[in-house]
Amino acid sequence: MEFVSPEGLRLDGRRPMEMRQIRAEIGAVSRADGSAIFEMGNTKVVAAVYGPREVQNRSQQMSDQALIRCEYSMANFSTGDRKRKPKGDRRSTEISLVIRQTMEACIMTNLMPRSQIDIYVQVLQADGGTRSACINAATLALADAGIPMRDLVTSCSAGYLNSTPLLDLNYVEDSAGGPDVTVGILPKLDKVTLLQMDSKLPIDILENVVQLATEGCKAVANYIREILLENTKQLEYRRGV
Amino acid sequence: MEQRLANSWRQTVNEKNFIVNALLSELRVDGRRPFDYRKLTIKFGKDDGSSEVQLGHTHVMAIVSGQLLQPYKERPNEGTLAVFTEFSPMADPSFEPGRPTESAVELGRVVDRGLRESRAVDTESLCVLSGKLVWAIRIDIHILDNGGNLVDAANIAALAALLTFRRPECSLGGEDGQQVVVHPPEMRDPIPLIIHHLPIAVTFGFFSNENIMVIDPTHHEEAVMTGRMTATVNANGDVCSIHKPGGEGVNHRVLMHCLKLAHVKAGDITAKIKDAVEIYNTQRALRKIKRHSSSVALDVGGTPAKSGEKQNQVDGSQLPQSKFKDEASSMECDATSSGQEQNNKRDGVSQKFIGGPSSWDPYSECVNPDLLKASLASHGPATQRTQKGSRSETKAEEPPQEMKIDSSPTDAGLAAAQNNEGKTLKDAVKPKNKRKKKKVSSNSGN
Repeated sequence: MEFVSPEGLRLDGRRPMEMRQIRAEIGAVSRADGSAIFEMGNTKVVAAVYGPREVQNRSQQMSDQALIRCEYSMANFSTGDRKRKPKGDRRSTEISLVIRQTMEACIMTNLMPRSQIDIYVQVLQADGGTRSACINAATLALADAGIPMRDLVTSCSAGYLNSTPLLDLNYVEDSAGGPDVTVGILPKLDKVTLLQMDSKLPIDILENVVQLATEGCKAVANYIREILLENTKQLEYRRGV
Repeated sequence: MEQRLANSWRQTVNEKNFIVNALLSELRVDGRRPFDYRKLTIKFGKDDGSSEVQLGHTHVMAIVSGQLLQPYKERPNEGTLAVFTEFSPMADPSFEPGRPTESAVELGRVVDRGLRESRAVDTESLCVLSGKLVWAIRIDIHILDNGGNLVDAANIAALAALLTFRRPECSLGGEDGQQVVVHPPEMRDPIPLIIHHLPIAVTFGFFSNENIMVIDPTHHEEAVMTGRMTATVNANGDVCSIHKPGGEGVNHRVLMHCLKLAHVKAGDITAKIKDAVEIYNTQRALRKIKRHSSSVALDVGGTPAKSGEKQNQVDGSQLPQSKFKDEASSMECDATSSGQEQNNKRDGVSQKFIGGPSSWDPYSECVNPDLLKASLASHGPATQRTQKGSRSETKAEEPPQEMKIDSSPTDAGLAAAQNNEGKTLKDAVKPKNKRKKKKVSSNSGN
């Protein structure tokens, strides 16, 4: 199947280096300390953050840092065929672990000892790149909750089909069986914190694909900064400044 | 990261500082340099498809098994591969019995990704009946001792087990070609899996100080390190999978450097795995030949007709069951060593032996000396006679013995094995006058 036409257009009309349209909204869940909805094309994800609050399980309390917990779940209606088990399956467990460790790298946990921060991410619509959308949504939600972070964490995926590196794969391109690289970076520090790749790729091509994904992450970071600035302006306005 | 459970071991601050300071001078606590692997030993179990790997103190076992199942709907022509992990509580104080923890699931998925997505195992050759029956290969990884870096050890164990696994050969039969016949291993040699390349997992540990990086972290180093990355590469230079689940951020440069290092290490480890598998395969081949000759020796000079028949049954387990006599004679032609004495003893004992272990009675009477003498007497010419293919003459010389002859070939195969065992065990109990000859026979035969 042809994923990149001879004119250089992909299945949804994008160019190989083009990302899908992103849209973000802060404050979707009113009861949560911080929440956000993040959309990357047709992939829609909602994240809610509770914390810092008292550790529920005393045995897990850490005296020098905050405990971060994360739960990733996909809604039954998020995929084409109705999913039977939204969470608890192995893929969800792995992604929960990955998101938790990614956010742990950027949250300044030593400022909040003996407390717990819960990050709940739910996928409402899955069209490829759910992992990236979840991390971006979690970053926004954490910022909304006012939790101190070293830097934003942004994430984007890239692949390699028909000998072309493609940025931001959708579901069809993802399930084509080609390599799928998900990168998460700390944009200001320019460090890679998350890197997952599957399927075979020679090292030099991998380098190009990772570079492409990193560029995508930086574009997402710019957008997130804009959104946060806009949000802060709104808060000031409501305060009457 | 495992410091969440109450049972877990917590590292002291002193230990942590010691490890970090030592690493600043490129020294590791166990004496290695930062990019050295620990000692790797690969052992195999007696069955095909089971391996045991020791990487330093880390001890992991992998067992591969296959089953005929329905394929997935989306891929009706491909077999399936599934990886299951078992973090035994004896491996680490923080492992609890019950549901697999996050790290267990993660390990399973990293090994699975390396094998499945990179198409290391050829799944299309596992298809028997498209859309109906395919081979489902299951890899069970058991962690026996957590000395750090479980992923690498588990990956090597899984690869070694896959390389030595043999699945039964099956063919299509029946009127419409839809019936699947699975041939037992005694009838047809089981065939190995087709493995295109070996994806080797190499784990790196990152610390809060940018200049420090280690390969193959031990358990203590794992508690100190702030980030890790597992790169699964093969010896051809392809990267099969990368797993860096968050943690400390690193530069692009460092990442690429890690991948190149991983490529070098993968070459070493691939060579070690291949050597170990070679040794195992030659041993296996030798074992097969030995088994063949000892079972042949059973019926050579088969004077007592019934025992001869029994041996035919035994041989029938190795060859298709059609014509016993012809087979027996052909087996005799193939017969290698076994002096006449041994055959006598074997015959004598096998006369006594009736079917499975339940009928073995250590207190039953010994071999009848008269019978023995008779068999000795008739034994000389007996071999030539049986080679001619006629058994009836020899039959007359021996009082017919009631022998429970198992019908199915597999039972006979079992009985043959027990026959051999029964002989050695019985020999241990038998009185001394019989033992000498029997010991010789049992030693040379088994």
